[in-house]
Amino acid sequence: MRAGNLWGIPGLEQSGEYLIQAPRERVWDALNDPAVLRQCIQGCQRFDRIEDNRYATEVKAKVGPVSATFRGTVSLVDVKAPESYGLELAVNSGPAGFGRGTASVTLSETEQGTLLRYAAAGTVGGKLAQIGQRLIDAAARKTADGFFETFAGIVGADPAEADAKQATVDSAPADSGDDRRKRLAWGVGLALLFVAALFLL
Amino acid sequence: MADTRTGIGAAVRRKEDARFITGAGRYTDDIDQAGQAYAVFLRSPHARATIGGIDAAAALRVPGVAAVYTGADLAADGIGDLPCGWLVKSKDGSDMIQPPHPPLAVDRVNYVGEPYGVVIADTLQAARDGAEAVATDFDELPAVVEVATADQADQIHESVPNNQCYDWELGDRAATDAAFAAADHVASLDIVNNRLIPNAMEPRAAVGDYDAASGVHTLYTTSQNPHLERLVLAAFVQVAPESRLRVVSPDVGGGFGSKIFVYAEETAVIWAAGKLRRPVKWRAERSESFLADAHGRDHVTKAELALSADGTFLGLRVNTIANMGAYLSTFASSVPTYLYGTLMAGQYKTPAIHVEVRAIFTNTAPVDAYRGAGRPEATYVVERLVETAARELSMDPAEIRRRNFIQPGDFPYETPVALTYDTGDYEASLDKALQHADYQGFAARRAASEANGNRRGIGFSSYIEACGLAPSQVALSLGAGVGLFESAEVRVNVTGSVTVITGSHSHGQGHETTFAQVVSDQLGIPIDDVEVVHGDTGRSDYGLGTYGSRSIAVGGSALTRATEKIVAKGKKIVAHTFETTDDDIDFEDGVFSERESNRSMTFAEVAFASYVPANFPLDELEPGLSEKAFYDPGNFTYPAGTHICEVEIDGETGVPTIVAFVAVDDFGHIINPMIVEGQVHGGLCQGIGQALLEHGVYDEAGQLVTGSYMDYCMPRADDVPSFTVDTTVTPCTHNPLGVKGCGEAGAIGATAAVMNAVTDALGVKSLAMPATPETIWKALGSAA
Repeated sequence: MRAGNLWGIPGLEQSGEYLIQAPRERVWDALNDPAVLRQCIQGCQRFDRIEDNRYATEVKAKVGPVSATFRGTVSLVDVKAPESYGLELAVNSGPAGFGRGTASVTLSETEQGTLLRYAAAGTVGGKLAQIGQRLIDAAARKTADGFFETFAGIVGADPAEADAKQATVDSAPADSGDDRRKRLAWGVGLALLFVAALFLL
Repeated sequence: MADTRTGIGAAVRRKEDARFITGAGRYTDDIDQAGQAYAVFLRSPHARATIGGIDAAAALRVPGVAAVYTGADLAADGIGDLPCGWLVKSKDGSDMIQPPHPPLAVDRVNYVGEPYGVVIADTLQAARDGAEAVATDFDELPAVVEVATADQADQIHESVPNNQCYDWELGDRAATDAAFAAADHVASLDIVNNRLIPNAMEPRAAVGDYDAASGVHTLYTTSQNPHLERLVLAAFVQVAPESRLRVVSPDVGGGFGSKIFVYAEETAVIWAAGKLRRPVKWRAERSESFLADAHGRDHVTKAELALSADGTFLGLRVNTIANMGAYLSTFASSVPTYLYGTLMAGQYKTPAIHVEVRAIFTNTAPVDAYRGAGRPEATYVVERLVETAARELSMDPAEIRRRNFIQPGDFPYETPVALTYDTGDYEASLDKALQHADYQGFAARRAASEANGNRRGIGFSSYIEACGLAPSQVALSLGAGVGLFESAEVRVNVTGSVTVITGSHSHGQGHETTFAQVVSDQLGIPIDDVEVVHGDTGRSDYGLGTYGSRSIAVGGSALTRATEKIVAKGKKIVAHTFETTDDDIDFEDGVFSERESNRSMTFAEVAFASYVPANFPLDELEPGLSEKAFYDPGNFTYPAGTHICEVEIDGETGVPTIVAFVAVDDFGHIINPMIVEGQVHGGLCQGIGQALLEHGVYDEAGQLVTGSYMDYCMPRADDVPSFTVDTTVTPCTHNPLGVKGCGEAGAIGATAAVMNAVTDALGVKSLAMPATPETIWKALGSAA
């Protein structure tokens, strides 16, 4: 006799931490560097500012049998460079459903390097809830691990090498009008978005 | 030696299986038309929301997209609502409240998966891309999900206060109250009948076609009931008049009720075919089936049984809240009332019964008939309650049933809940089931299990069902919108082969075999000379389809009436040929013979003569040999039986194993015992599935979280034992074949038997379904 349904996820929550062999300032900068992030993020196709701390985004994602382009907005909240950051995310894709959630990241200095902690929580609806729900947790963790593995590889590597990698992929549109803080905002936002999006999508 | 009999009672192999097992079946999705477009539906991701706007501009720019239609487009074209075909009245005499149910939602959506638009394109991929490009602005509203509290929640439909469709009752409240006042003991149970999702093997599909030359719309679709589909689409939805609307249900891979109903998708597809002047095809993905096929069951019930000290039933009181989902599906209103409350007498002489049912709307998929439709729910209430009473009075569960059975001498037996049972012998089935189950040996088997640290339990279910739907006079007087007779036509071809056209529909039942057996037997011709045609409004006059175990009891009876007319006409032809009177002609085994003479004609010779009418007296005898009949049953049929389930539960893990399952059923006369056994097996699997595995679950936001086979646990072969199936026979008294129908019995009887066994093993009064290992394991802990 097989088990009956094992549904009953009481709400979607995920958290994780990664130790990155680099000083906190450098991790923060890298998290806010679109070129670095682009190396680490699969499927993020668009991230445009629509107003201060609010961005329109487009992520192509696949969770189990649900594969679609999700469009939505991300809002950045409680930015405390170089320590912590939060975001609120709402995405939807007609046939594949929608996701909503919040995420936060903190960076703390340790003797071994910078400890990055993230936590995300959210809800999903439509097809995502129907057939992706059970898979979301594992898919999000797997992709988040992939993201940070790549990220740690770049940031923890020799700065010159990292710069070289960066140069080869740095084709992001220049946000020339923004000050450094805003660039940081969208960079961290993108990183967090991706963690949250992985989680939600 | 192989059994070569093919008549009534023979286990003839199914004629249709040759094409099914060789991949030659022709299902709706196998039908392709020149120039065909593909439809993909836009479905609500929210359980309840208003639609702010639908922006299809980007979708229309997707290469290959031909059109994007929304609910407003259908409404503007005069396409009407999907109606519910059975009007139920509340206690106060008022009509049930039927909220508007447009095929495609217009301003608001009320369940996840509700279609609100359709994208039609040259290819399926383009239609999918188009659907993804549609931007819809929803304003989410709080969803009403919990049926027990929905009357206090937000109002879903403007026209439906307290979300209540009706508040219905049946039986004598005063007499029931008096019975309870006089009782020595009252057994009571709170019961949740879990929501099920039907899961036919073939998903729903539709191909709409419009012929501009003739103005005829043709709809190929997966319907159990093509004439009803045509009637509703013509008369209510107003797609086209019946004379210019043909509905074809080709091979259909299972229905279990879910394909009786007229759905949004085929409505939109046939309408769009006319609009675009090209064929349009849609086939549900499995996830669409989960969301938007009508679900089944979903009741919350409080039931009480009043007894005297010796275990005699005095009164039964049932109060049920039935979840209708967001809209009334085609027959939804009848399921928890006339197919449920009327069955509360079960097999027993309970003198006073009162049933109250409130039907409530929620933001979930519509709920309608699913295998058994109301009768499994009724059986579950009665048989769980009877078992509970037996335990509380320390009586043997077989004995308490035996003590209260309606006896063979009591028929016809009028129950306190509106039905008159024509015949039955309930003790005969119980006794046979007890023997097969080795009830005497159970105590020793239980002791052996317990010695191994496990638990063992046995559970009974002595069910009854009313099927052979239905006497039109009764159904119409109770609010049905259509008669429930059946039609048949027997066309004898020139050389003696026979084409049988039935209004019943076969979607797995094997009618092409059983109906051919009936005709072959009655006309004395080889079974291979009989071809059964069904499922095409263009070929049969009318029909009311297949559900409610009605095909052989009603459709088979119509067929019998038609063959009787064929024989009568044949006698006239023979009498004319022999220059005698038809009273002098006998017909037996395919031969017409003149009494007290050696003259005779074979069936084939008579057929030929009828089409070569050399010297027919044309004012008395028409050429040809083709007859039709419409048969309206005089009563429902009442299959009944006893199912006994024995389970062993792993004491460490809570995993239940059904170690034995005995089903002894009285279906009256049986046409094909092999097919009947197959029907019983399938029904038992579904009944066991409900008890142990299946559950359709919405979360608090109204999201369906059991929307795939990852989370909705369908029974598989290794979840069920090798069944012991046997029958007893009391022939139905009011139809010519003496048949009762077997399609639903397994699903009706099994669930209560399994749960009675599981609760017996655990020593608990009740347990929520499905009784998963986790649920059982927790109960093991609490019972210890």
